[in-house]
Amino acid sequence: MITIALSKGRIFEETLPLLEAAGVIPLEAPESSRKLILSTNRADVRLIIVRASDVPTYVQYGAADLGVAGKDVLNEHGGVGLYQPLDLNIARCRMMVAVRDDFDYAAAVRQGARLRVATKYLQTAREHFAGKGVHVDLIKLYGSMELAPLVGLSDAIVDVVSSGNTLKANHLKAVEEIAQISSRLVVNQASLKLKGAVIQPMLDAFSRAVSV
Amino acid sequence: MPNWLLPEYIQDMLPEEAWRIEAMRSKVIELLRLSGYQLVVPPLLEYEESLLISDSQDMDVRTFKLVDQLSGRTMALRADITPQVARIDAHLLNCQGVTRLCYAGSVLHTQPSGLMRTREPLQIGAELYGHSGLESDLEVQRLMLQALALTGVDGVHLDLGHVGVFRALVQRASIGAELEAALFAALQLKDVPALQGLVAGLPADVQASLLALAQLYGGAEEVLQRAHKILPDFTEIRAALNELEQAAAHLKPLAQGIGVDLAELRGYHYHSGMVFAAYHAGSHDAIALGGRYDDLGKSFGRARPATGFSMDLRQLFGLLPPVVQTRGILAPYSNDAALLASIARLRSEGHAVVVDLLGNAAFRSELNCDRELILRNSAWVVVELDN
Repeated sequence: MITIALSKGRIFEETLPLLEAAGVIPLEAPESSRKLILSTNRADVRLIIVRASDVPTYVQYGAADLGVAGKDVLNEHGGVGLYQPLDLNIARCRMMVAVRDDFDYAAAVRQGARLRVATKYLQTAREHFAGKGVHVDLIKLYGSMELAPLVGLSDAIVDVVSSGNTLKANHLKAVEEIAQISSRLVVNQASLKLKGAVIQPMLDAFSRAVSV
Repeated sequence: MPNWLLPEYIQDMLPEEAWRIEAMRSKVIELLRLSGYQLVVPPLLEYEESLLISDSQDMDVRTFKLVDQLSGRTMALRADITPQVARIDAHLLNCQGVTRLCYAGSVLHTQPSGLMRTREPLQIGAELYGHSGLESDLEVQRLMLQALALTGVDGVHLDLGHVGVFRALVQRASIGAELEAALFAALQLKDVPALQGLVAGLPADVQASLLALAQLYGGAEEVLQRAHKILPDFTEIRAALNELEQAAAHLKPLAQGIGVDLAELRGYHYHSGMVFAAYHAGSHDAIALGGRYDDLGKSFGRARPATGFSMDLRQLFGLLPPVVQTRGILAPYSNDAALLASIARLRSEGHAVVVDLLGNAAFRSELNCDRELILRNSAWVVVELDN
């Protein structure tokens, strides 16, 4: 049995065509079904629906053999114990630093100011600012990051930005790109070694579908 | 918090686990003894410098440290027994030829190596020093598979790798340390998109080979065939592939499957030749590991060729199917000479005989017995116990 971990929403929608290319078609849709385990047209393949940030954990510990996880989530997780052989080029966005419209980010950095940064992505933010040699205090938030600079909780935020409309609507501006983000196929290391005969053809099919 | 709660990832071994682990330990140690390995028991803690010799930051972080009140120096609790055994070989035994050593003991980790792992693994393993050929690699790999079979873990998949292939590519292309580290990290994750970015400036044939490494995994025969075709014909690479071929052929009867993964560079910092790992369907990571590390002893002033394997008995226990424990024989408390003689005889035959101490009859069922010794026609006989 091969288990594939996916998160609801954009990643699920955009993974469907790839799964189809590998001959896997889910028999239920996660939006209409409350089930967390979805069966597919193949008796030996099932899908599990987990939170996006939990996908690497499920795959690392072999609760799923394969998964689709954003590079943002993988950076936070560290990627230990996972293979990430394929960029699926889906759910693309950018990891950005954003501040209030009227905040002079460049001057603050130049002066060596200590910035307060609100983010869901602690590891990414820590590495990014350490690389620039900027001192930061990190504030872990779980959502609505855009609010933090507006109400004086932080000077800047680190978050994923796709269209930039949320930033604009909240009078924020993106000042720095940290990384381009897209979703990766992740594979449990033991699964690839023990179930390679089933997994490898799926990887090859994904790979062909992505490169088209 | 109640004072009988243990820290996270630290646990007791309760009787069922303790007995089965003890049985595994003694079977494996006996196999090693019969294979000519000498048992050593290094100390639980020693100076930090002698334990952290592989320059691996990962190991540094995972090692508990404390200050020695006698010398003021930093001591560390061992997180791995291998460096201790290398130290013993380098300095204490003074053998010039082949030395075979084995060990079993607890190690401590500041962080568990996974959600399902303890911070106090029970490491058991063997090391062979003073020989640098395929013969010693094979001996150690064969022992690892035999040891796993003895512990009762079956359906083992052996995964082979060879550090020499990546190292040859790095050296031939004169790749600097920084890029080498980045390539190494990307290969460990089989992160092809990252690799594509990293190899951009390198000569075309090295580019192709490094990218190919990330794809060179799977069944041994098939991977080695592809590797011969794709990889450049350097002496070191040819020698490495040849070693892998021989190992795969020789070990086939001992494993359910044999795979080769040329991007598997675990322990690259101190491994120098063939590396190997055993996998099992019940575990999300390797259940036994090993490899050749010819220069580890250099830190102790004497570099010797070396190869070895180790495994965590507590992890292996988790893979075993449950067994019905054999139960004991209940004996009444008495100083009757005939009774004491029967008890002694039964015990010498391998039966557990539990004495039912006076005043404890109500809790008899807790004594885990299914038979009892009773006096019948003035002779002590064993009968079924009706609980």
